[in-house]
Amino acid sequence: MKLEPNKKLDVEEILKDLDKYRPKRKGWTWREKLPPKTKIGDFEYYEISKPLKNFVALPAAHYFKNIDPQPQEVITSEIASGRFEEDIRRMRMAAWHGADHIMVIRTLGQSHMDGLIEGTPEGIGGIPITRKQLRASRKALDLIEEEVGRPINFHSYVSGVAGPEVAVLFAEEGVNGAHQDPQYNVLYRGINMIRSFVDAAVAKKIMASVDMLQIDGAHNANASAKFAWKVMPELLVQHAINSLYSVKAGMKKENIALSTVPPIVSPTPEFRLNFVYALTIRELFKDYKFRAQMNTRYIESDLFDATRIHVLDTLISRLTKADIQSTITPDEGRNVPWHINSIRGVETAKHTLIALDGIKEMVQVNWDNVREKVRELKMRAILMLEEIVEMGGYFEAVENGMFVDNGEYPERMGDGIVRKKDGGIGAGTVVPRDKDYMAPVCHHFGYNNLPEGLEKPCDLIGGCTLCNPDKIQYIDELDDEDNVYKRLDKIREYRENNLIKPEVEWSYDGYIQLDMTIPESEEYAEAAALEICKRMGLEDAQVISKTVLHPTEATYVELKAKVPFAIKKDELVLPQKPEVMSDDELFEFFAKHKVKVVAGTVGNDEHNVGIREILDIKHGGIEKYGIKYEYLGTSVPPEKMIDAAIEYGAQAILASMIVTHNDVHVENMKKLHQLAIEKGVRNKLMIIVGGTQLNDDMAKENGMDAGFGRGTKGAHVATFIAKKLKEMQD
Amino acid sequence: MEPRKSDFEERAKHLMNMTDEELDKYFWDLVEKVVDPLIDLASTHTSPSVERSVLLRMGFNSMEAKALVDKFFEKHILGKGAGNIVYTIAKEHNIDYIQAGRDLIAGKYWDDVERIFVHGGDK
Repeated sequence: MKLEPNKKLDVEEILKDLDKYRPKRKGWTWREKLPPKTKIGDFEYYEISKPLKNFVALPAAHYFKNIDPQPQEVITSEIASGRFEEDIRRMRMAAWHGADHIMVIRTLGQSHMDGLIEGTPEGIGGIPITRKQLRASRKALDLIEEEVGRPINFHSYVSGVAGPEVAVLFAEEGVNGAHQDPQYNVLYRGINMIRSFVDAAVAKKIMASVDMLQIDGAHNANASAKFAWKVMPELLVQHAINSLYSVKAGMKKENIALSTVPPIVSPTPEFRLNFVYALTIRELFKDYKFRAQMNTRYIESDLFDATRIHVLDTLISRLTKADIQSTITPDEGRNVPWHINSIRGVETAKHTLIALDGIKEMVQVNWDNVREKVRELKMRAILMLEEIVEMGGYFEAVENGMFVDNGEYPERMGDGIVRKKDGGIGAGTVVPRDKDYMAPVCHHFGYNNLPEGLEKPCDLIGGCTLCNPDKIQYIDELDDEDNVYKRLDKIREYRENNLIKPEVEWSYDGYIQLDMTIPESEEYAEAAALEICKRMGLEDAQVISKTVLHPTEATYVELKAKVPFAIKKDELVLPQKPEVMSDDELFEFFAKHKVKVVAGTVGNDEHNVGIREILDIKHGGIEKYGIKYEYLGTSVPPEKMIDAAIEYGAQAILASMIVTHNDVHVENMKKLHQLAIEKGVRNKLMIIVGGTQLNDDMAKENGMDAGFGRGTKGAHVATFIAKKLKEMQD
Repeated sequence: MEPRKSDFEERAKHLMNMTDEELDKYFWDLVEKVVDPLIDLASTHTSPSVERSVLLRMGFNSMEAKALVDKFFEKHILGKGAGNIVYTIAKEHNIDYIQAGRDLIAGKYWDDVERIFVHGGDK
């Protein structure tokens, strides 16, 4: 199976023969860095990696030979639709935009399931992680990575009360990265702390066996604390506990990534605080990797605000260091991420990292002003560790509420999270390993009374699943109703009948987004906006964001609503694409036929970028094919245009114009046509108009021979001239 | 913890004269003091999830692993290692160990389990 860029990903094809599917590779993959001063298009870059085979470049790329330089940092996209068959389509979109780390969020409540889930049930706010879901997603990603030409790291979570089993599953199924941090279980999932740490060591060693990259969970302290900027000393402590614990469980430091977030945002003077924190953590953990995450704690429902925050967060990454730049979808403050916002998140990261490429060649940290602050932060973390040791250790410190206290250590507010050693989910389930404890499998952490003389532990049983994947048992489905086949059945009618419905998250979900400015106060604006949606025939309208433009003058409202119908694809009529002759044909034609044109912008229009691109040889304009032109300048009156064409002996006029509210462009077109008739030249003179908002129909309605809009190239215009000339001569 | 005002200046006196390298080293020494007892605990203990992960690696499926570990936990013999118990029973009866596990789930061989692991065995 191979993906074709012009064909949709076939989920049913992915689901075939999954019982036999094996991942192509295991372990984490970094991007292939290119040397400093590598040229892409016309520009030199310092911090980029190997380009993609297939991609969607940033919006302005077409001005720069459609380049899509890829930063050297791995870029994450988080995906959480709750249905893996939808997730894999989103993964493909994200990969084309430059994501190579796909982080699949787990369904609500999976961390409390004591064991594994099988099949493909639907999740809430994420996916139930199962062998089938992982295998199908990995299979899809194996295809997608070939399509884009870059390995894609697949990632999920080894947390909860089934950590070691999930780690085995991930190692078997080619998951390349995972969150693993026992402190996360303890503080935020209410799982017993002894169980969490015992399970974590085993899970970590299994992860290490396949070079999985680990991301920790410390940053959740600043997502949870009310005063996120005050927990910075604690963050250093939490990162350190998990990092060193992982090393002692068998992980290489290069496979351990600290998940770090700039703690606060504007309107505070965020940069001074965030920057010092970023420098401190990178200095203290210099042997480890950094996964820079964007702030979620303070993003609201405003997409632009979230994007601004995330650009500045990424600036911190570029000025310090990040190995992975993760992204938060800007709509996280309003709903489960939509396709478009996953892509926007990735674009924000790519745009910012590329924009700041090589910035450190010019800008450096003024350590004289920063050093003392860095030292102070380290000292606060050290003092906290001293007190933890004094209290009797980690468990005792948690019992005393040392963590996620809103005071900046050593200040204490007394509002830290308190957990008890004998409390929480899974309490009382840990038992000592007896002297004759034995586990006949590879990569097992801890005491293991194996018989002597074995080359590897699993020789005792003729191989374990990590050494021999044929031993893995594959379970397809356990639930007859809640599974992917039933979900595909529900949308089969749409697919088979070629129906089109908009979507934000799931196939045919029907959701669209609307925005409007209502010249009323917030409350009336909201009510009016909902009423407007109702009268438009939309269903389930909901306001998803409001921006007060002025308390009484106006409110900007964004809504989502469902479209209650589908469109038949087969009945749609597409506008005809302009015909283009090949360069060779054009060269040949204009070598035989000497053609001259006059050109300029007409009326009160000073915008000449577009017309210059159509004319000039260096922009691939018509000059390149041997057409001679006389450029008359900007704001040329129609009379002058016609006179110049006659005087110059031109066969065509190229008139550029902007579309205006009061239809000046229509008047000018009519005038050109009329004047040419009056002067008796209309039948031997082509009049062609162009402009970003123009189209062929509009031009023809007003007596022109052709009209060209946005995206027109010299070849389009040259082709028209050649064809029309032939027609006129015949 | 009881609320308290910051006494950073006072508390940090012994750190002020340390070089940056000394601070970093002291930080990691303290972390080690916190982490070592935790790693020792993990090394000498096990849990239902740990044991299920062993059975998965041996080739049992998730439902089989859960059924077996639940039984072993009930009988207070998880400390022997779930894989160990299944492997030992298979050898005892000279059968494939996956079959032994399925037989145990079906209620067979528990007398042997009692004899070898509950009454015998090395604590």
